[in-house]
Amino acid sequence: MVRRVGEALVMNTRLSQNSRLQRIPGPHEMSRFWRSPIRGPWLTSVFGIVLLVGIPVEFLTGVVSWAAYDPRLHGNDVTTHHGILSVFLFDWVTSPSWIYRVSQGTHVLLGLVLVPVLLAKLWSVIPRLFAWPPLRSIAHLLERASLLLLVGGAIFEFVTGIMNIDYDYSFGFSFYDGHFFGAWVLIAGFVVHATLKFPRMWASLRSRPLHRELQVGLSGTAPEVPEPGDDPANSLIAANPAAPTISRRGVLGLVGGSSLAVFFLTSGQSIRSLQGISVLSPRTQSYGRGPNAFQVNRTAVAAGIRPVDIAEAWALTLIAESSGRNVSLTRDQLLNMQLVTADLPIACVEGWSVQERWTGVPLRLLAEQVGIRHPTGARVESLERNGAFSSASLSGHQVRAPESLLALKVNGADLSLDHGYPARNIIPAAPGVHNTKWVNRITFSGVAT
Amino acid sequence: MSWLRRRYGDGPLHLVLSTACLAFAGYLVWTVLPAPNSVRILVWIAAAAAIHDVVLWPLYTVLDRILRPTDRSRRGRHTSVPLINHIRVPAVLSAVTLLISFPLVLRHSEPAYHTASGLTEQPYLGRWLLLTGSAFAASAVIYLARLLRTRRSRVTQ
Repeated sequence: MVRRVGEALVMNTRLSQNSRLQRIPGPHEMSRFWRSPIRGPWLTSVFGIVLLVGIPVEFLTGVVSWAAYDPRLHGNDVTTHHGILSVFLFDWVTSPSWIYRVSQGTHVLLGLVLVPVLLAKLWSVIPRLFAWPPLRSIAHLLERASLLLLVGGAIFEFVTGIMNIDYDYSFGFSFYDGHFFGAWVLIAGFVVHATLKFPRMWASLRSRPLHRELQVGLSGTAPEVPEPGDDPANSLIAANPAAPTISRRGVLGLVGGSSLAVFFLTSGQSIRSLQGISVLSPRTQSYGRGPNAFQVNRTAVAAGIRPVDIAEAWALTLIAESSGRNVSLTRDQLLNMQLVTADLPIACVEGWSVQERWTGVPLRLLAEQVGIRHPTGARVESLERNGAFSSASLSGHQVRAPESLLALKVNGADLSLDHGYPARNIIPAAPGVHNTKWVNRITFSGVAT
Repeated sequence: MSWLRRRYGDGPLHLVLSTACLAFAGYLVWTVLPAPNSVRILVWIAAAAAIHDVVLWPLYTVLDRILRPTDRSRRGRHTSVPLINHIRVPAVLSAVTLLISFPLVLRHSEPAYHTASGLTEQPYLGRWLLLTGSAFAASAVIYLARLLRTRRSRVTQ
C-alpha cells in the first residue's frame, strides 16, 4: 500500500509541474483516479452531437410555444419579465391546426428522450470538473463560468419541465417565468460551448467511425488514442485504465435503449396508437368510453362551476367593444345558428393532445351578431371562479379563422360539464388553455357597423 | 494574437464568445430579478448545476463499485459470465424511468393532478415497480441462459 502511494506520488510529480498541489489524493489526479477505459473524446462527442441537435430543437419549440400564447395580447402573457427577449414575437397562426400539437408534443417528448443522453454526457466529462489546476488562465475561468450556465440551465430545464408535465409545482416559482428564464441561460452557455467544441467534436467523431465501433465487443475494448498535442494530465482518456466491464457499443446501447424505452413509455399521450404501452405518461389514463371520454384539463368542480351557473337561465353575452352594443343568446338560439363541424386538436403545453370532432358556431358569425364584420380581436371570459386561464385574448386572425368555434357539441353529443358545457372555444392551432371552457361572455373589437 | 494567447489563455473567438455569454447572463439575471420568487429560480439553477456532480454521480459510482466484486470473485474461472451488466442495465432503466416520472410515482403532485384531470396518481407506483421488476427478471433470465450455454459448451469441449 505504502509503495503504491509512493509510486503514485512519483508518477504525479512526473506528470505535472504542479506537483505540490497534486500530492493531495483525489479526483483531480486525473490519470490515477479516473480509470474508465471507455471514457474519452469520441464517446463524449457521440453524446455531444445528439445534444447538439436536440437542445436547439428544444429551444425553438419552446420559443414557438411562448409565441403561441400570443403574449402581446391583453392578459395572455404568462411570464412576468422578459425585457428584450420578446422582440421576435409574431401573431400566432391558425393553420395547419396540428402545428401546436406537433411542436409542443415534440418539445415534451424529445425532452424526456434526451434525459439519458444528457446524463451520459455529464458522466463522460466529469473528470474535467476536477481538472488541475482548477483555473489555468482567464480563458479557463470564463469557460468554466459559461459551463456553469450550460449545465445549470440544462438540468434546471429538464427538472422543471418534468415536474410541470406531472403537475408538480413544488419548486415555488412560476413555471413559465422559470422555464423561460432557464431556457435563455441554457442557450447562452450552449452557443459558447457548441462553437468552441465543435471542431474537436467533429475530429473525434471522424477518428473512429461509428459503424466500426459498433463491431467491437468487450474483449476488443481499449482506451481511445490521444490526439497529438493533447495534455495528458487533463485528458478524458485514462492514463491508467481499469479492465473494461462494458464495451463502447454496450454503453451506446444502454443509453439509446433507455431513450427508446422512455419514448415508448411516455409518447402515448401524444400518439394515440401508442397509448396502450405508455404506462408512465401522465395523460394516458382512460376516461372510459363515449363521445366525451377524452382528457380533461380542469374539472368543473375544480373550476368552481355551480349548477345554477349553467342551468336553463345560462345565456352567452356578446359585446362590441367600440359601440357597446350587446346581445344575449341562449343555448337553443346558438344551436339554431349556422353550425360548423371540424376535427380539431386540443394540445396542451404539457405535451399531451387529443383530436376530436367539434360542432359549434364560428366566432366570426358571433361577431356579426353585434355588428362587427371584420373583428380585430376578442376577449373571451369563462364562468370559472378561479384559475389563471379563466379568460383569454384572441387575435383578429384567430377570430376570423373559419374553424374557430364556440363549440356546443363534441363527437355528436352535447359537451360534458368537464369539457365546458354549455359552450367552449376551440381555436385551431392554439395552446389548450386558450380553448376557454364554460364561456359566458365574448367582447369583440373592430369597427362596428 | 500570441500576446492574447499568453495573457488570456486562448484565441479571440473564445474571448468574444465568453464575454458576450456572461454579459448576456448578467442581463438575464437583471431581467428576471423583479419576477416573483426570482431568487428561488436562481437558487434552483445553481443547485441544478451541482446536482449531478455532487449527488447523482457519487451515488451511482458508489453503487457501481459495490457491484463490481460480484464479478471479481469469479475472476479466473473462464466459464463464468460477467454478472455486472445484467444488474447495470435494469438498474439504469429503473432509475431513468423514475427520473422522468417521479412526481407521479411518488404521488408528489396528487392534488394538482386531480384538479386538472379528475383522476388520481394511484396507478403509477405499481406500474413503475412492475416495470423495474420485469427489467430485472428479464435480465436474470438472459443471464441464466448465457450461463447454461457457457456450461454446455464447456461440457462439449
